[in-house]
Amino acid sequence: MTNCEEFISQLANKYGRKRESLLAIIHEVINQYYYLSEESMTAIARELNMPAAEVYGTATFYTFFDTKPQGKYVIRVCQTIVCDMKRKEDIVDAIYELLRIKPGETTSDGKFSLYYTNCLGMCHEGPAMLINDEQYAKLTPESVKDILVNYMKK
Amino acid sequence: MPTSTVKRTDLIFKKDIDYSAVMHKIMKMGKDEFIEELIDSGLRGRGGAGFPTGLKWKLVKAEQSPEKYIICNADEGEPGTFKDREILDNAAEKVIWGMTLAAYITGAKEGFIYIRAEYKYMQTKLRIAIDRMEQNIKALGIKFKLDLVFGAGAYICGEETALIHSMEGYRGEPTNKPPFPVTQGYLNKPTVVNNVETFVNAIIIAEIGAKEYKKLGTKASQGTKLFSVSGDCCKEGIFELEMGMTVQQFVDEFGDGDTKAVQVGGASGFCVPRKEFPNTIIGFEGVPTGGSMKVFNSSRSMYNTLENYLIFFEEESCGQCTPCRIGTQQLLMGIHAVKRKEKPKSYLDELLKLAQTMKFASKCGLGRSVGNAFGSIVTNFREEIIY
Ligand SMILES: Cc1cc2nc3c(=O)[nH]c(=O)nc-3n(C[C@H](O)[C@H](O)[C@H](O)COP(=O)(O)O)c2cc1C
Ligand code: SF4
Ligand code: FES
Repeated sequence: MTNCEEFISQLANKYGRKRESLLAIIHEVINQYYYLSEESMTAIARELNMPAAEVYGTATFYTFFDTKPQGKYVIRVCQTIVCDMKRKEDIVDAIYELLRIKPGETTSDGKFSLYYTNCLGMCHEGPAMLINDEQYAKLTPESVKDILVNYMKK
Repeated sequence: MPTSTVKRTDLIFKKDIDYSAVMHKIMKMGKDEFIEELIDSGLRGRGGAGFPTGLKWKLVKAEQSPEKYIICNADEGEPGTFKDREILDNAAEKVIWGMTLAAYITGAKEGFIYIRAEYKYMQTKLRIAIDRMEQNIKALGIKFKLDLVFGAGAYICGEETALIHSMEGYRGEPTNKPPFPVTQGYLNKPTVVNNVETFVNAIIIAEIGAKEYKKLGTKASQGTKLFSVSGDCCKEGIFELEMGMTVQQFVDEFGDGDTKAVQVGGASGFCVPRKEFPNTIIGFEGVPTGGSMKVFNSSRSMYNTLENYLIFFEEESCGQCTPCRIGTQQLLMGIHAVKRKEKPKSYLDELLKLAQTMKFASKCGLGRSVGNAFGSIVTNFREEIIY
């Protein structure tokens, strides 16, 4: 077994080999590998005894499940109306100045990916963004750079 | 400054209540008696659709099934809504007590909090809250196991049938109702799906009784409600208010003095223009809301607002049924075309008809509610959409 297969087999032990475990398993795979590779999907399908096409079909429904390689840190800037009113584009511009990526792109060192996302439930403190699981609010072009510089050091 | 006319309440976040004692009281009272109390309280679901909560619990209780489930809908994705996050962040134990109460009443042994991936930062905190509560629940002699389930970035998973499919490990696509979750829910078993805030209200009613609870709000919209207030405001944030105020009262309290429109109920809700503030009631008798109140001042373009909503719907439509999948795209392309003068002004009337068709031809509430914002913005701000 490859490392990845071994990892997925352990996840199946932990969550149970049933369809209801699928999303929880995918979440953990993405935490570990940043995306869902073909190898992972085949291994999940085998462990849960379902067609790989079904794993793919389910995973691709959800925006947070990427089937293409992603940066270690995925930045998602809220594009919905309140953050839009609070100038989310200044945040995206500041990210571009520092990392040279636009929404939909990944840095060449594979460290950061940037996306737009929909309302993060932080509207009253917008503009807001996520970096992986962490929420950041009340962003300014300066604060977003400070935050990212800290991630660059990690 | 005019004096405040909105009625503040403070029940949702009130601390230091002995819920074990409240549960003991209800256990003495009897299950059917509490259901009657809940029905009498007038509590309607706080997730947007407003189904009577007492009736929902009664239906699940009546089902003869050894397996039943309680699901807390914490998918909160409606633009401008952030009250469930605040509740889970600050009063998770109340939600769990509300779910425990539902489990006791309906006979469910297992429950889940389905929470959007955007709120994963709370994971550790919530697991601790669940672990801590296990002891309390056991001490009452109630068998109820609780777990967390995470979504993965799909607004449609807030729709209850989509949410259930997602929990079962499938694509979050809604199905036609009936069957309703109360008879065929999670794993085809009878299931209570309620919003985070609904569970908190249920345990509050258990605590203070229907009679006290009914003193708050209006006949059609009883009790207290959390409002998520954002946009061009003198104060933004979460406010617990009695329902039944007019938009004017709301704007006097929260506006910045130059309010031209309020979007009530998020992207799926209605846009109320200034001239209608005084005679529009916020509640089930007027404009209903899951709590989202977005305030726009006269510097804002309502074209931009509408475009933003349509992009949202176009992205979040699950794509399963044609009226919604194609309709959202056509509406978005349509307003672009009118703006660029590629289509005449009258094309907006064609688009309004399309939005109307989507209202009855779409499979679920997403497609059916696109016309709310579209119709109210295009009708009230036609000039802004065209020029
Ligand atoms: C597109 C769509 C999204 C929804 N999103 C949510 C949501 O995020 N949270 C929620 O509680 N209800 C949401 N609902 C309503 C649920 O389907 C369901 O009515 C609700 O969870 C029932 O709980 P309640 O009666 O306590 O409100 C949504 C409905 C639709 C059509
Ligand atoms: S109305 Fe839209 S979101 Fe609902 S089932 Fe149809 S395509 Fe999916
Ligand atoms: S609109 Fe950006 S967090 Fe809600």
